[in-house]
Amino acid sequence: MTATMTRSEGRSEKRTGASVSVQGFFTRHSALMPTFAALAILLLLFAGAEAFLRGDFITPRNISALLLDNAYLLILAVGMTFVIVTGGIDLSVGSVMAFTGILGAKLLAEGMPVAIAIPVILAGGAVIGLIIGVLVQYFNVQPFIASLAGLFLARGLAFVVSLSSIKVEEPAILWLQSTRFSVGGWYITPTGIIALLAVAVAAFVMHLTRMGRTVYAIGGSESSARLMGLKVARTKVMVYVISGFCAGLAGLVLTAYSGAGYPRNGIGTELDAIAAVVIGGTLLTGGRGYVIGSMIGVFVYGTIKTIITFMGAEQSWMQIIVGALLLLFIVVQRAIVARSEGRG
Amino acid sequence: MTADNDVPPIVEMRGITIRFPGVLALDGVDFTLRPGEVHSLMGENGAGKSTLIKALTGVYSIDSGTIVVGGERRAFATAADAQEAGISTVYQEVNLCENLTVGENVMLGHEPRVGGVIDWRATHEAATHHLDSLGLRIDPRSRLSSHSIAIQQLVAISRAMVLESKVLVLDEPTSSLDRGEVERLFDVIRGLRDKGVAILFVSHFLEQVYEISDRITVLRNGALVGEHPIAELPRDALVTKMIGRELDDLATLSSSAHRDIDRTGTPVVKASGLGKRGILEPADLEVYPGEVVGLAGLLGSGRTELVRLLYGADRADEGSMEIHGQHAKVHSPRHAIDHRIAFSSENRREEGLVPDLTVAENIVLGMQARQGWVRRLGKAESDAVVHGWIEALGVRPANPHALVGNLSGGNQQKVLLARWLATAPELLVLDEPTRGIDVGAKADIQRKVSELSADGLAVVFISSELEEVLRLAQRIAVMRDRRKIGELESADVDIDGLIDYIANEGEGSAA
Repeated sequence: MTATMTRSEGRSEKRTGASVSVQGFFTRHSALMPTFAALAILLLLFAGAEAFLRGDFITPRNISALLLDNAYLLILAVGMTFVIVTGGIDLSVGSVMAFTGILGAKLLAEGMPVAIAIPVILAGGAVIGLIIGVLVQYFNVQPFIASLAGLFLARGLAFVVSLSSIKVEEPAILWLQSTRFSVGGWYITPTGIIALLAVAVAAFVMHLTRMGRTVYAIGGSESSARLMGLKVARTKVMVYVISGFCAGLAGLVLTAYSGAGYPRNGIGTELDAIAAVVIGGTLLTGGRGYVIGSMIGVFVYGTIKTIITFMGAEQSWMQIIVGALLLLFIVVQRAIVARSEGRG
Repeated sequence: MTADNDVPPIVEMRGITIRFPGVLALDGVDFTLRPGEVHSLMGENGAGKSTLIKALTGVYSIDSGTIVVGGERRAFATAADAQEAGISTVYQEVNLCENLTVGENVMLGHEPRVGGVIDWRATHEAATHHLDSLGLRIDPRSRLSSHSIAIQQLVAISRAMVLESKVLVLDEPTSSLDRGEVERLFDVIRGLRDKGVAILFVSHFLEQVYEISDRITVLRNGALVGEHPIAELPRDALVTKMIGRELDDLATLSSSAHRDIDRTGTPVVKASGLGKRGILEPADLEVYPGEVVGLAGLLGSGRTELVRLLYGADRADEGSMEIHGQHAKVHSPRHAIDHRIAFSSENRREEGLVPDLTVAENIVLGMQARQGWVRRLGKAESDAVVHGWIEALGVRPANPHALVGNLSGGNQQKVLLARWLATAPELLVLDEPTRGIDVGAKADIQRKVSELSADGLAVVFISSELEEVLRLAQRIAVMRDRRKIGELESADVDIDGLIDYIANEGEGSAA
């Protein structure tokens, strides 16, 4: 009896000892590993493309264009990060972006002042998010199904607004895209600034507010979060509202980018956003991930797209490469989860 | 010992009744908790302990009765309400977030803020302070998942301290801890008690209950049995109160227990030092052909844990097994089936039967698994087997095409038994095969087990009903606190002797 006791005590001693040292360092930063990996891949892509194109790739113009061309996707990915960190998913964002974009173009074409049209667009996205959130939280619908319903609803609404594209003449909207604040060869448009602001605000909310921490707690264990007395219901609805709002904002940015609203915009873009978030190191099962990671994910995605355009290769290669990267990242994430579970 | 009856109670629950569909979960239960005492809530599974705790902590709403906390009548709607009233709960499963840091888990929802922005430095300082007060010197910035379950359990208690709780509910906090870790937890509990915190403690470990408690409330079948100061309730009295004594209609069943067993040959299965850290201390067990070995002990004593290791449902981390004298590795149920070991789980609904399949399909499943999925069983063959077992066990309705989900508990149990028996096992492990089923079905199952063992089948039999164990088993292994404390020949003991053994035996050796 005594022998058993000493043995088991010895073992627990050893475990505590080990966790303080190397392993402790690794576990503390393990959540960041996939994000570092994404950053490494981004740099690798840059270096590879630079070598392949003999110094024509890393130019201020190309890098600036990367942000400009992917601003809408970055905004979608920011909202998606909130949802995925809680362990949910939002499939509606591509359609919501199309709906709010075409709605905005139509309202402006009918003479609504821009100061009213923009809030209407943003509120429209947030309301669809609210509906999805309420379905998920209070009607216990799977996020996949609830947001699939949102996808169809928003796409249908987009076609109700208009069956064809509507050109935007409003100078304030066009200003968002056409203005270039430049330093040397570098430039940034107001749409790019909006996207970077979205990242900054989201990172602030995620890491420095109680709501943000509740998002992580829900992703870690929803039942624990509830038993800890956190505001789980409110927060879960809120992440879908945030995602919907971001989709509305993306609709505005995309309309400015393309100079028109188009009801067929963003078909499949929700999957691009999810791919970018996952490549950026956010765990699809929730609880781990960073908004900054999602930004890197979007840049990886955008860089692959640029490289393929430069090479003049088939666009289908885009999907193959993104698919392969996704697979790689999901395997890496499984390995990290398995490691932390094995230790617990 | 600090508690006495003069202190006004912090929690008074009177006449608490909770109904679930078809079940009276709590029937007019009274419970009183005083500041500065450790009060244990005892009872077998289904006695209503968890339900009472959930009524107090706002997880369940009560159908009638009153809850008074700190002199005020309360009805908590959520766990958050109860926490605000000063009642914190630490559950058996650590309810924290493994993906966050220790400090964050302690402070979550209570982080110090400056203008709505979390002040992380102050948060970690506060967390360090609360961890320190429990003697935990760990880095609040370390990830929770990097610590052992014991530390996590203590972190959960630190969290309760942040809320400055007046009442701390500990629901089976020790079930995954080893002895050293339990001691550490107990030091903390004593410290809190001395500060005037009222502690509600639930554990299946008798030794721990006697070590830490000032007072015990016993529940049975949703009703209050009594409240006693620890000094006035010896262990055997407690066990008797928990188990109760059911008058047994089955006494007429011819006893197989006193059949002589030839233990000179090789045992069907021989486990030596089989154990798993935090689950079961190493135990030996031998079962000979034709023998029924009963496992007796309270729920949570390690009975189920031992047989799960035998069957490979959980993987042992020490010890070895021999089957028919040959060294054998049983690391998964698949291996066990290959060695002709059959295990009928206590959760027949979750781990045994497929309710949406018919009786016949359920019975054939086990045989089919043994045969491999490629070679289909012939219809004639499977019909013969199914009819044979329905007949032999008296499954009602005797219709092979009835859906198992629609059968009564007793008949479901018979189907489960039939499924395993159809695989022609050499060792049959039955975990609570008669719980919650009617007397007739009980008698059928007991009779069949007795017949089969007389024909040479080796059986390990677990039951909370000691009469049943004494009647069926020739030899009884007694478990307590995740440890096998001894073996008895059932011919040598009666029920009082067995209760006494479960409650008191081997005290000297326990640290």
